[in-house]
Amino acid sequence: MADNETLGEQLRRQGISRRSFLKFCAATTSLMALPPTMVSAVAAALEKARRPSVIWLSFQECTGCTESLTRSHSPTLESLIFGAISLDYHHTLQACAGHFAEHLRTEVIDKHPGEYLVLVDGSIPTRDDGVYSTIAGMTNVQILEETAAQAAAVIAVGTCAAFGGLPHADPNPTGAVPVSDIITDKPIINVSGCPPIPTVITGVLAHYLTFGGIPELDELGRPLMFYGDSIHDRCYRRPFYDKGLFAKTFDDAGARDGWCLYELGCKGPTTHNACATVKWNEGTSFPIESGHPCLGCSEPDFWDAGSFYNPLSAPIGDSSDWAAPAIAAGAAAGAALGLYGRRHKADAEARREPLTARDLEDKS
Amino acid sequence: MSGIELLNWARGPGLQIAGAVFVIGVIVRLAAILLLGRKTDLSRPREGAMWPGLRTVLTRSIPDAGTFRRSPLVFIAGYVFHLGFLLTLLFYAPHILLLKSVTGLEWPGLPVSLIDVLAVLSITALVALFINRLIDPVRRHLSRCGDWLALLVTVLPLVTGYLALNRMLLPYTDMLAWHILSVELLLVVFPFSKLMHTFSFVLARWYNGAIAGRKGVQV
Ligand code: SF4
Repeated sequence: MADNETLGEQLRRQGISRRSFLKFCAATTSLMALPPTMVSAVAAALEKARRPSVIWLSFQECTGCTESLTRSHSPTLESLIFGAISLDYHHTLQACAGHFAEHLRTEVIDKHPGEYLVLVDGSIPTRDDGVYSTIAGMTNVQILEETAAQAAAVIAVGTCAAFGGLPHADPNPTGAVPVSDIITDKPIINVSGCPPIPTVITGVLAHYLTFGGIPELDELGRPLMFYGDSIHDRCYRRPFYDKGLFAKTFDDAGARDGWCLYELGCKGPTTHNACATVKWNEGTSFPIESGHPCLGCSEPDFWDAGSFYNPLSAPIGDSSDWAAPAIAAGAAAGAALGLYGRRHKADAEARREPLTARDLEDKS
Repeated sequence: MSGIELLNWARGPGLQIAGAVFVIGVIVRLAAILLLGRKTDLSRPREGAMWPGLRTVLTRSIPDAGTFRRSPLVFIAGYVFHLGFLLTLLFYAPHILLLKSVTGLEWPGLPVSLIDVLAVLSITALVALFINRLIDPVRRHLSRCGDWLALLVTVLPLVTGYLALNRMLLPYTDMLAWHILSVELLLVVFPFSKLMHTFSFVLARWYNGAIAGRKGVQV
């Protein structure tokens, strides 16, 4: 723990009113998809919760996940950092640098073994001994192994940390892998998305704070409360899909009337995330609502699943790459087999010994 | 392997392998039939060969009363299956998009609700044909592995497609992957099984009609 105070004690010390605290609890409760009747239970749990230390490790990433996190609105990042968690190490957000920063990281490990949370964004390079990304003279693999060894749990934030993401895309020059390939003896929660929805990141943290454990996860290690449904399951354009009404271009009459974006490459049917319900920018909208098909960014290998603008039912890759050689090979093999067949037929004809009625008579 | 990884494999390398086997296999089989050649017929044809051939391709595809009376189940289930299968294959919107990406051609699709009904009808017809083949002693004795295999690889894409469409049994991503994989199995088995009749029926019927035409036999 960052300190021994409970969250309730600390908020009171900071002069946060009971009313503001309950508002925070209500927001947290709805975020975790729990019924409003649970607000008091959540408040009671949070009251007693202790602020965990959080170490945020950034590896091969674009800082988009942090950018996303800073746009969290309920709870806000500020309320989380200053109230619920103690964010002790984060490259982008921390004030200190260099040896001071690294010292803070190791201090948390030493002081709170088994109690702190590790959040990771970015994938981890493994090729050539991991030289493609180093911090303070240590490779990402070394930092992750050292930091996670004493952690209570690891949260992989973003598709790069959860599944390898963009750096892992073919041909994966750095040998990038997700957190789960390196850390195998700790609970890992995958909060995928490129980036993940800010309120989903804070929601997972809030769940950890409230219930102190790992939420129920899907087969890819993602919390079911946010990743249980596909985008398509919750998409408001679904009735058009069912009627077979598809926009053909980004600006045809269908697109303007809100028809389904399947033909324009929407990967909503195979993508699990909360975009269609939680939405982005304080609940303003989500990509499909802005007229753009879902890219499938919260699923593994979404960069390698063909063009974003190819329909889900179309093949990945260019059919002409294999179809033309296959036709040529088929024609060559067919011609060879045909010639063999003709030769075989000619041979059979040459060897044929006609049998006449007289032959039969002679034999009898 | 997760559902999405399986799906990506099925849509990528899997489809390429199966597609290549299908294309090579079909061309080889057709070439083998066409290049074998026929002995030159030196007699003057009574009626032409081409036209009676084409006419037979058509007439043998139209139901005749005798067959219906002899075997109504095979007759009805056969037509229901073939029509249902072709309509779901060619007129379900996502299938059209797949064919468009390969051929560049596009045509309007049927509503999902109709595709759903057609799939059920097709599956029911295939199951009926399967049971009939199983319990009719003559058909059972005539059946070889290839016949059972053809039934299996044909019904699998229909069943998995229906389940995927209706979000049943498995998560959609997994079922879609299995649907595409079952189609790939069909593509691989196709050229080397009796499913080749999809193409060879035209040749066989044309040839029958053509020789009858040469001899002046009315067909
Ligand atoms: S826009 Fe995408 S997610 Fe929405 S109904 Fe169409 S395919 Fe499904």
